Amino acid sequence: MTWDRDALFKALSDSTRRLIIDELSERNEQTLFELTVRLITNHDLSISRQAIAKHLSVLEDAGLVQSKRKGKYRVLLFNNEPLKNLLEGWVE
Amino acid sequence: MKIIVTSIFVEDQEKALAFYTETLGFIKKHDVPTGEFRWIALVSPEDQKGTELLLEPNNHPAAKEYQQKLFAEGVPVTMFGIADIHAEYKRLMERGVTFTMEPTKMGDQTIAVFDDTCGNFIQMIQE
Repeated sequence: MTWDRDALFKALSDSTRRLIIDELSERNEQTLFELTVRLITNHDLSISRQAIAKHLSVLEDAGLVQSKRKGKYRVLLFNNEPLKNLLEGWVE
Repeated sequence: MKIIVTSIFVEDQEKALAFYTETLGFIKKHDVPTGEFRWIALVSPEDQKGTELLLEPNNHPAAKEYQQKLFAEGVPVTMFGIADIHAEYKRLMERGVTFTMEPTKMGDQTIAVFDDTCGNFIQMIQE
């Protein structure tokens, strides 16, 4: 599968979005609530859930974050596939 | 003014009563028939004259929507204090309770979130 490089670089350009990836790569399958708590407490961010949801939609557009339903709730997962060949051609 | 009762919506009062008393360990203080439903209020064994928790039926469509939307994102509807959160986490896990958030340090506090099987997430907090 080919990924949209512009969407990927846009997603990676923001430090909060990189923190979201850090948190999800450390512990996958978090609810939005849990991710919010972890971002606020581990990184001292003051950020609303709405703002996080916006960041997540940018990450989802780039294919870096996916969500799946677990019964009646939704969990977020980090997908590192789009990053694997991102710099191919530049890096031998 | 003081808080004497706080309520949470539940899908099934009978099931909620069983979970909150048998699994969590609260004590039934009131159970009064009120037409189609019941007035069920619980207290903590540690504070039987303290704030009561009312298990309120979610038969209103707005209540159902409120519950479902918070549940989908894992947002807890209320918070219970606990002296030893790790021991309680272990005890509840052994009884089959589902946690969406294992005990997590948050400043001076540690919190965890579990599913009450009645449509809600509950947060436990140890200060």
